[in-house]
Amino acid sequence: MAELVTLTIDGAQVQAEKGALLIDVCKARGIEIPAFCYYEGLALQAACRMCLVEVEKMPKLQPGCTLPVAEGMVVKTDTPVIHEARKSMLEFLLANHPLDCPVCDKGGECELQDMTFRYGLGESRFLENKHHVDEQQWSPVVFFDRPRCILCYRCVRICDEGVGVDALGVVQRGVVSAIAPSHGDHLECDECGMCIDICPVGALTSGMYRYKTRPWEMNHVGTICTHCSNGCKTTLGVRGGQVIRANNRDHSGINGEFLCVKGRFGWDFVNSTERAQSPMLRTNGRLEPVSWSRALMTVARKLNEVKQRGGRVGFIASNHTSNEENYYLQKLARQGLRSNNIDHHRTGDVVTLIDALAGRTDALATVADLYAAKASLVIASDLAQQQPLLHFQLRANWRHHRSRTYVVTPGPVRERKFAVKSLHAEPGRELDAVESLRDDLSKEPELVILFGDAIQGDAVRRLVAFGDSLGIPVKYVCLLDYSNSRGAIDMGLAPGLLPGYRPVAEAGLEPGMTIAEMLADASLDVLWVVGANPLRNARLAAENAFVVVNEMFLAETAQRADVIFPAASAYEKEGTVTNVCGEVQSLKKALKVMGAKTDLEIFGLVAAEMGIDLGPFQPGAVFEEIRREVRGYNVSLPVIATGGAAQSVPLNGRVPALTRAELIQSARDTLFTSGTLGRYSKNLTSVLEHPGKLYASGIETP
Amino acid sequence: MTFSAELEARFAKMMQSYPPGRERSALVPMLLYAQDEIGHVSEALILEVAARLNISRLDVDEVIGYYSMLHKRPLGKYHVQVCTNISCLLAGGEQLLEHAKKSLGIGHKEVTPDGQFSLEEVECMGACCWAPALEINYDFHHFVTPEKLDQLIASLEKVQ
Repeated sequence: MAELVTLTIDGAQVQAEKGALLIDVCKARGIEIPAFCYYEGLALQAACRMCLVEVEKMPKLQPGCTLPVAEGMVVKTDTPVIHEARKSMLEFLLANHPLDCPVCDKGGECELQDMTFRYGLGESRFLENKHHVDEQQWSPVVFFDRPRCILCYRCVRICDEGVGVDALGVVQRGVVSAIAPSHGDHLECDECGMCIDICPVGALTSGMYRYKTRPWEMNHVGTICTHCSNGCKTTLGVRGGQVIRANNRDHSGINGEFLCVKGRFGWDFVNSTERAQSPMLRTNGRLEPVSWSRALMTVARKLNEVKQRGGRVGFIASNHTSNEENYYLQKLARQGLRSNNIDHHRTGDVVTLIDALAGRTDALATVADLYAAKASLVIASDLAQQQPLLHFQLRANWRHHRSRTYVVTPGPVRERKFAVKSLHAEPGRELDAVESLRDDLSKEPELVILFGDAIQGDAVRRLVAFGDSLGIPVKYVCLLDYSNSRGAIDMGLAPGLLPGYRPVAEAGLEPGMTIAEMLADASLDVLWVVGANPLRNARLAAENAFVVVNEMFLAETAQRADVIFPAASAYEKEGTVTNVCGEVQSLKKALKVMGAKTDLEIFGLVAAEMGIDLGPFQPGAVFEEIRREVRGYNVSLPVIATGGAAQSVPLNGRVPALTRAELIQSARDTLFTSGTLGRYSKNLTSVLEHPGKLYASGIETP
Repeated sequence: MTFSAELEARFAKMMQSYPPGRERSALVPMLLYAQDEIGHVSEALILEVAARLNISRLDVDEVIGYYSMLHKRPLGKYHVQVCTNISCLLAGGEQLLEHAKKSLGIGHKEVTPDGQFSLEEVECMGACCWAPALEINYDFHHFVTPEKLDQLIASLEKVQ
């Protein structure tokens, strides 16, 4: 327990930790000290002078945001002098600030508006013309309106300290000082838009959102980003069935204040004109739109017919569909069709990790652990590119707690900027490099190890053995690519594993075929592909196979389909997804795209049409079954229902590892790519520029 | 880019004078000394200093924009800096500046076509006791009158 001091705030005796900032102490007591530049977690600036307070025995008003509390201090936060000071500050801030609030994007959710309303004078003594500078476009997604800027430096600090990109600065001084982008007239950065989110006024605005709507005209739906595996909460602003923006509205997710370019701007595939919006059936060699009932009936009949004659059916499942959909799909395959030919594109070897950790319940790290752990080791992954939230957490941990990070990668990565040791390791030689860190690591009090797809099979076991031999508590994160990659394997979308990593033998089945085997099987009768694109780089050997595809876009695999079901995206459904750390979070339906149905509905309707009873196909009911049936998924319902994240704990038994090493491979998406979804997001493709190359751009000077 | 051996030695010594991890503190002196050697803060110099201190070019730009004695454009061989702050103003600093403009035929922050002289109106140089004051490169001149300024300019023209 830190040393406490006693001080007086507005006449009340208050105990607070010595050295705490007055503004935080007041906040905890329910006393608001207004401030623009103060932002929890970032370096102190004391630039805006809104937080001035009276302190006895100090000659002048003091900024509350940089004043550490001390024993016997007597503070007043609500006196006529302070009111006058606040009015004057706002009068100065508004001297050149255009009053274009009626059209400004920020109008209605602007801190300057709110402060002026609460603390402002209501009039101005400045009669001069306001100084005007035209707006500037710094990138496809970032616009700057200089006259609106109040120079609070929040954007500069979040970019430099928070993200580590350092793409914004302040040039010149006095009345002409201004925020400037890294490359003279434009930005070359992660395009994460954190600067837009953190801007208290409408100076930095989003290219996708500006002048589109008023904030109060949208419904704000907090759901989980459907791109990478980190599971950030993103709040979609929806108006008239269209997503208008996504941002980090209430910081209530596991990502706190963080959101990357994909979570913030990569939503526009939802409203793409290329979305499939009607079921299609191949007739006379051509795909033609048909009714839902005809498409469902065709697939159900085909499956029943193949089932009756003992034919071969395969399922290639998705990394983006919800846990409920995944669970229901494997039920359809296993109970409905007695087939274990079910697999998905696997991007990391979770299975071996969970087997190697059998019997332990506290060995998988959460996203929060990455911010709290004293030390971490990153193996063979470009976190800043592939796992942006995890990178942010490690960086924040280093900023706030001086945590120690070790990096072993085949190329330069951004973590090297703050790592205590960075080692180069050729692919396949990572564990040798890790071994050379033994002395350093064993001196750490605890460790989190994050590893990419380069560590799989036996290498995972050796890594866990290495962790055990250090003699300190070690937690692990097996890095994965997509929003529900973890949920897909947890729900048994694998030929040898039932949900909860139970062997298929328990269900009296033989292990089925992997993706590669299904594609190579010339005698396959039906292939059902759900939200995946296996035919992009591969051929289907079974030329006469009947191919069913659930998809949003008519990509390569859909072109080969006999029936296409237009599927709803994650933003159009309820359900749960599990992130890279095994944390289960719930999706919230933000909108409905005409013609599309959720994959759960599609599976349920096909099963019903086939005459198989697989139980209700409502997300809530299926999730209840998952909580009951799937090992490790008996997670807290209230936590999930209230928008929190509950970690699943699938760690209490041995897993029959059927892993064939060549089947696990990361897609190596970067910050600006996201598989098929990324291809159909104009927002993402428009910002495709430096950086974006794995292991390449991390430590260049921006 | 390369600097003279003396300057390199100076930089090397400078880098030792700051605590580890605080090397960027050398930014301002590095820019000043390098500017003395090459005449102005060139694009190449900005990139070089950024690389040596492991900071971004924007970090360097921020500092250059803040400090008026760092110049991105080449100055004259003799940089005439006339103070017009309060003490010098009262003692005729403004007339001195106007006279300098006329004599040299250039304005604030301009350079003569032959590149010999440049002129700048500057803030207080701490020479209030001897106002009006001006500085040519690093040399101070006190109690300057328009006549004295003309003599100074003439003597410098002779030196070239």
